[in-house]
This record gives sequence, structure tokens and C-alpha cells, in this order.
Amino acid sequence: MDAILRTENLWVEYRPRGLKLEARPALKGLNLSVQAGEVFGFLGPNGAGKTTTINVLLGFIPPTRGTAQLFDIDVRQPIARQRIGYLPEMTYYYKFLTAEELLRLYARIFGLRRPEADRRIDALLKLVELEPARKRLIKTYSKGMQQRVGIAQALINNPDLLILDEPTSGLDPLGRMKVREIIQRLKQEGKTVFFSSHELGEVETVCDRVAIIHQGELKTLGRVDDLVSQHHSNLEQVFLNIIGYQPQSAL
Amino acid sequence: MNTIWALAGVVIKELYRRKDFYVLFVLTALITVAAGSVRFFQDPNIVRYVKDLCLLLIWVSALLITIATAARQIPAERENRTIFPLLAKPVTRGQVILGKFLGCWLASGIALIVFYAFFAVVTGSREHYWPVLDYFQAILLQWIMLGIVTAMTLLGSIVFAAPSSTVTIVFIVVAGILFLGRHLNTVALHNPEPLRSVIYTIYFIIPHLELFDVRERVVNDWGLVGWLDCGLATLYAAAYTGLFLLLTWLAFRRKSLT
Repeated sequence: MDAILRTENLWVEYRPRGLKLEARPALKGLNLSVQAGEVFGFLGPNGAGKTTTINVLLGFIPPTRGTAQLFDIDVRQPIARQRIGYLPEMTYYYKFLTAEELLRLYARIFGLRRPEADRRIDALLKLVELEPARKRLIKTYSKGMQQRVGIAQALINNPDLLILDEPTSGLDPLGRMKVREIIQRLKQEGKTVFFSSHELGEVETVCDRVAIIHQGELKTLGRVDDLVSQHHSNLEQVFLNIIGYQPQSAL
Repeated sequence: MNTIWALAGVVIKELYRRKDFYVLFVLTALITVAAGSVRFFQDPNIVRYVKDLCLLLIWVSALLITIATAARQIPAERENRTIFPLLAKPVTRGQVILGKFLGCWLASGIALIVFYAFFAVVTGSREHYWPVLDYFQAILLQWIMLGIVTAMTLLGSIVFAAPSSTVTIVFIVVAGILFLGRHLNTVALHNPEPLRSVIYTIYFIIPHLELFDVRERVVNDWGLVGWLDCGLATLYAAAYTGLFLLLTWLAFRRKSLT
């Protein structure tokens, strides 16, 4: 299978302001390879470097060392993002636009022709159940509705790779179910999904492979079934073992 | 180019959905209508004075709208984090800057047309005189000047921390250029070296925005500026606008967004 997302020896260092302060590494030589058609879970505790990795993959921050590629194109090239969809953790959209206007904006950016854009917008608004609210300004939406706009915008270009940054955080159970259904559906369509999450039960349900990152280092990478059987436990226990968590009672 | 137009459309949509823009807009329109309607004692000097005041108001309002709109574009994108889903698409930072520039510049043009339309209708209905070409030239030159101001403000919005600082600093710089720019060479002559060289350098570096101010010609009915001169002024403005946009891009392209 082809790797459509690849990082090699990826280092990111944040250099604090001030001459004598040392650079703080956020990623330490990360090597990842995500194959076409798989659902890949990217796990780690807060501050492990998950969002930094996604920021590098999307070209928001440059790597200090190493390379990151999407579809064999360096992530610093905007064309690398032509075939991806991105759903951020929070809803960062123009609140003065309607859902339809927002999707139309992104459709134009992806170069979709008007009839095709109309078709995609109709289908996506139906998919995320925002059809009745399509003419309302986003600022009048509930958080769940805004997150659903996020899902729709991430799919506007019918992406081959979907990058989701904690897609279910802050969603009610119904919203989570919806996101899970969409991920499953994309998987059936042969799309690749790369997502970071704290919801380990969810990850266990939908992911083919997972990577666990801690303090900027890749701790483990493998198939969910293999990891669970190796540790004779569930993914949550695997995760806690790998990051070296010790319960209070054990101290 | 499609991306740039799409981003410009967002700027214009935001502007007409904001209430503060309407306040300034309606206020200027009302004052223009009220002042333009006045014709004290049929004295032509007073009419000229009132027309001059109206045009000054249009200049100040257009500048305020342009600077205030341009100053918050990129900082608001960063603060609201809308820049992230945007840059996660195949969009370069250069396209973001050009889209913002185009949107602000077009918005300022729309505002100018509406202001001048009010002014023309009010004065025309009183004086039964319609110097349409003069107004067109005044709008065109002012709009070209606003292109420089928009680009300058976008640069300021990357350099300075808060949009309020950008608005204040750019407004002071623009007002300074408009009022003092043309006199700097004379001031330089009356100063000893090395101050003279410094003032001369400033005189030659700054964009002379006052070149685009034809209010006096409109008020006193002195006729049109030659179209060749207008073309040269456009090239002069294009050079400065391009330079400011280039500097904005250089400052923004490696700026950390996180």
C-alpha cells in the first residue's frame, strides 16, 4: 500500500523569546506513515505533540528538522492540501456567514465549478442535517451545529485524506455518534482518516492502526487488535501502560 | 485568482453585516445631505465652503472605513482562529493578503461611490449643475489613494500587536502625509545638515497621498486634471501599493500562527 501521509525524523522546537532560554522540543524525530484507505488514530496525553504534528502537516508551522509529506508532496507546498479535509478541534469559522456561504467559499477555493459546488453543498448539508438552517448565520448555531458545519467544510472537496483534530470533543453523545458514522462511511468509501482523540473507546471502535505519542516521542505504533492482544487488555490500559501512568494507590 | 476573489467577497460580506460600519456610513451620508443642502444668503463663497467641508468629511470617513476595515482583517483571522481552516486549504499566505487587500479596497470604493452620489445629488439639486466627470475623477483618484492606504494598513496589522494601534498609527501617518508631505522639501531647505538629508530622504520615501486630492478643483470648478497625469499617478500608486503588499507578505509568510 502507498503511504499518503509520511513524516521522517520530524523535529519541532519552540524557541522562547529571550537569548538565554533554551529551545523546547515539541516533537523529537517523529516517524509516521499512514497508508491509503486506513483509519489512523493518533493518541497521546495533553501536550504530547499531537496538535503540533497536525500543525506541521497542515503547514501552519515549519518543522525544525526532518520532513513531512502528504501524497508525496512536501507539506509546505499549498498543493499538498488540495486533496485533504481538516476538521479543527474547535469551531473556527466565519460566524457572519451562513453555512451555505461558508461551504461555497471553500468550494471556490478548491476550484469547484458552480453546479458541482451546488451539488456538494446540498449533499453535505443533508449529511450533517443542517439543511433547514442553511440560510442562517453560523453565529446563531449551537455548538453541535457549528461542529457539523465543520464536518461539512472538511468534506467539501471530497478529500482522499481527512485530518481530524479531536473531532468529538465537546459533542453530545448524538454528535459523537454522527462523527463516528461519518468516519465509518468514509472508510467504506476507501478514504484515509487521520485523527487525534482522547476518546479511546471510540478509537478502538473505528481505527485500524494507532500511534501513541508522549512528550514528543513516538512510543508505539501498530494495529489496534495487536496492541490490545499483546497487553491482554483494552486500548485505554494499553495507552496508560505506554505513557507510564501509575495509579495513586500504587505510589 | 478565484481564491483571491473568494476571500475578497468575505471581507465585503463582513463589512455590510457589521453595525459599526452602518453607523459611520449613515452619519456621513446624513451630514453630507444636511451640509450640502445649506445655501446661506445665496453667497457662492459660503456654498464653496460648505462643499469643501462635505468633501473633507467624505475624505475622513472613507479613510476611517478603509483603515479600520483593513487593520482588523488579519488580526481577527488569527484571534478567531479562522485562519486555520482557511490555510488548511490550498491557499497561500500571499493569497490571503491579496484577498484581504482586494476586499478592503473594493469596499472602500463602494463607500466612496455612495458618499459622492449623495454629495452630487444634494449639490446638483441645489445648483442645477452636474460635473459628473469631475466627480468621477475625484472618486477614481481618491480610490487609487485608498489602495496605498489599504496596503499600508495591512502591513501595520502584521507589524503592530493590536488593531487599535494599527488604526491610530496609520491614521496619524496618513494625516501627517496629507497635511505636511508636500512641505517637507521646504522644511528641509531651512534645516542644517544632517537633518536636511534626513528630511529630504523622508520626503522622497513617503507616498505623496496629497497628489490624489482634487477637492479644491471640484469645489472651485477648476476643471479636470489631465488624464495622462491621472495615469502617471495611478502608476505611482501601484508602485507603492505593490511595495507595501510585498512587505506585508514578507512579514506574514513566516509568522507563527500558533
